[in-house]
Amino acid sequence: MAPIGFLVVFFAWPVLAIVGRGFAAGGLDTVLGDARTWQLAGFTVASAAASTLVAVVAGVPVAFLLARVKLPGVGLARTLVLVPFVLPTVVVGLAFRALWPDGGVLPIVLANAFFNVAVVARTVAGLWARLDSRTTDAARALGASPWRAFRSVTLPALAPAIASAAAVVFLFCATSFGVVLILGGARYRTLETEIYLRTVDLLDLSGAAALSLIQFAAVVAALVLGGLARRRKDGARIGSGSARRPRGGEWWVAGAAGVVLALLLTPIVALLAESVSAPDGWSFAGYRALTGTGERGALQVSGWDAALNSLKVAVDATLLAMVVGVLASVVLVALRRSPAKSARGLGETMDAVLMLPLGVSAVTVGFGYLVTLDALPGDLRTSPYLVPLAQALVIIPLIVRMVLPVLRSVDVRLRQAASTLGASPLRVWREIDLPLTLRPLVAAAGFGFVVALGEFGATSFLARPTAPTLPVAVATLMGRPGELNNQMAYAACALLMLVTVLAVALIDRLGRGRVGEF
Amino acid sequence: MKSRAVRAATAIAVVSAVAAGCSLSNGDGGPQQTPTVTLVTHDSFLAPQEVLDAFQKQSGIKVSVLKQGDAGSLTNKLVLTKANPIGDVAYGVDSTFASRALAEGVFEPYTSPEADRGPQRYAVDPEHRLSAVDVGDVCVNVDTNYFTAKGIPAPSSYEDLADPKYKDLLVAEDPATASPGLAFLLGTIAKYGEAGWKDYWAKLKANGLKVVSGWEEAYTKDFSGSSGKGPRPIVVSYASSPAAEVGDDGKPRTKALLDTCYRQVEYAGVLANGKQAESARKVVDFLLSQQFQATVAANMYVYPARQGVDLPAGWAQVAPLPQKPQTLPADQVQAGREKWIGEWRTLVQ
Repeated sequence: MAPIGFLVVFFAWPVLAIVGRGFAAGGLDTVLGDARTWQLAGFTVASAAASTLVAVVAGVPVAFLLARVKLPGVGLARTLVLVPFVLPTVVVGLAFRALWPDGGVLPIVLANAFFNVAVVARTVAGLWARLDSRTTDAARALGASPWRAFRSVTLPALAPAIASAAAVVFLFCATSFGVVLILGGARYRTLETEIYLRTVDLLDLSGAAALSLIQFAAVVAALVLGGLARRRKDGARIGSGSARRPRGGEWWVAGAAGVVLALLLTPIVALLAESVSAPDGWSFAGYRALTGTGERGALQVSGWDAALNSLKVAVDATLLAMVVGVLASVVLVALRRSPAKSARGLGETMDAVLMLPLGVSAVTVGFGYLVTLDALPGDLRTSPYLVPLAQALVIIPLIVRMVLPVLRSVDVRLRQAASTLGASPLRVWREIDLPLTLRPLVAAAGFGFVVALGEFGATSFLARPTAPTLPVAVATLMGRPGELNNQMAYAACALLMLVTVLAVALIDRLGRGRVGEF
Repeated sequence: MKSRAVRAATAIAVVSAVAAGCSLSNGDGGPQQTPTVTLVTHDSFLAPQEVLDAFQKQSGIKVSVLKQGDAGSLTNKLVLTKANPIGDVAYGVDSTFASRALAEGVFEPYTSPEADRGPQRYAVDPEHRLSAVDVGDVCVNVDTNYFTAKGIPAPSSYEDLADPKYKDLLVAEDPATASPGLAFLLGTIAKYGEAGWKDYWAKLKANGLKVVSGWEEAYTKDFSGSSGKGPRPIVVSYASSPAAEVGDDGKPRTKALLDTCYRQVEYAGVLANGKQAESARKVVDFLLSQQFQATVAANMYVYPARQGVDLPAGWAQVAPLPQKPQTLPADQVQAGREKWIGEWRTLVQ
């Protein structure tokens, strides 16, 4: 019950309260009847679908590289591919603006894909690495070409992972905010930016509520489609695939993966270059400035304090999300295994409901907090605890997605055998469940931690000036004039990337390279 | 292998638990003797800690700052929470949004004894629910080096911006998403009237105007006179921006066009239904005091509302306060804001 309670108090109640105000104000029908509203919805869905497609096309060769290729540097690639995922959107937006000064649809699609290639690559690689290679070998022995074997044997087996990743990527892209704002400017807007605009700037709550409903519908549709695709082919043979040097045509695939990685690294390298360039040549002034508060005290605390705060908040958020996420997953697995059909149905509904926080606008949740959380003891609206709470909300769905398959894969018969032999429930858990699930749990926690580190939308609403996180500090520095503030913002980004790489490398080692699979 | 992983995971769990414990206990814990007044403000708020400390020493009131987005977002959050405000005093509601806050009854009347030192010049409300704290002007800025190098005079007026001589040189912000963009739009409405502003914007559009969503992009990426060295030498920014662009030689690289300015006044007020109205009033007095007013220019790039407060050295040459900025009455802004933004979006996008 605890996970449901958490989501009701910190998600459903605030969201319903703020959307309810919009309903109460009336005028929903005018917004829903406006042709421009549907153009907005169409653009949102189309551009998110395009980004998802780009992310899948770019991510699958990388997945191949990570799962099946044994070459020096693959381990490093596995870590580096996650870096784009945590970069502050304002920075990536400005980096793409440097390449496409006029913005437009193409850079929006590419930037959203840029953030999410890692989700596809790592999710698909996770399954691919464990895929039994004997079926492919059999197909080849029967005369299938490598491409034919891939298409008729490997690809169908990978489908659940691809579908799962695609659903998550679509959600991220359909609700991405900063990238669309920066690259779309006044011309290209999505439901998310329009909800933000109407809530924050115009206080048009009924308009925002109407748009939220449409966004909600789109998100539910994506979740249902993703769930269906995931279920359809959930019988992939799991064996022990092995990584080896590529041969023949595989070199082309590995080469394509290399190209994708190079493209992903380009903005990262540009960003590093920016962090060490001053008007008159190279300079480490931005990094030195991290010990201070920026030009004319742009920040209230030093860059290092912001980094430290990021770590603390992300740890709190991760612990909270792990408790809620693991409990929820345990309940879900129990429901799914239940002989009663209604319980299984309930399990699937709950599974989808747990994903919803990914699809609701951060501004809706943030403004919802303002009108509801004063009713809780201690007036949580202005509490510093709100930041880890909000970040936990963002990462719980991701953790559930990662933990659920693992818990489900624990063979019930093992536990039954242990019980029959006289083990107490605690002992069963300690001897069977824990050893089997520990590594994936650590990996899930690590991924949640990394996402919390980079989280910007909700955090920027709730972070106090005396305790900004690194992404919030970056955005603040970007919003102030002065050369040094600009350099310091890029140096802070470099710091964020470094922390991410270290965290991912560490967790990958513990979790055997399974961070970030959905 | 197995036990190593278990040990490592346990270590991580312990470390994280300790770290979480640290950060969770770091809140506002501890015994509190001094009353704490929560000042709700916008993201640009910045005051030297020693000035806040001095106020605490002198008055016994500790000020806790709570930033809530830009002026518009701040105002809207105050409106949403007016029955049970998230603080005791608010600062940063500007002349563009003041009438919304007043109409919604966000503030309660209070006339500060400090208000007659100048701030009353900007009074918006006969009941004195809001006191002016600072004044900022949104003006078109130019990269002076660009025009010197090209050998053409820099533009100086609204008309010039529509002159084909300056085609494809101006970048401005979207009034729907950025407050300088909105101020610039209001400036053109004040200048050309409700009947004429659309014609003017049509000319700007035909003259290659570029619109971006935020000040950061406009100023740091598109504008040629600042860190980004972008392609456009004319940008909508602030009268005080040139003060941040003084080179090592002491000379400014940019200039604000003082005939293209729109004035925004930022106000403070005591929040109605707040829990500590008496202390909140003292904080308003503090915001209007000589000590605080002397800090606003250097920290927030705005001009003090109080008379006789010195500006930082060099501002008189580089970033003087415009003498005849455009303004619009607050109630006209309140009545027209959404309609104008809607019309602007149809016209320019």
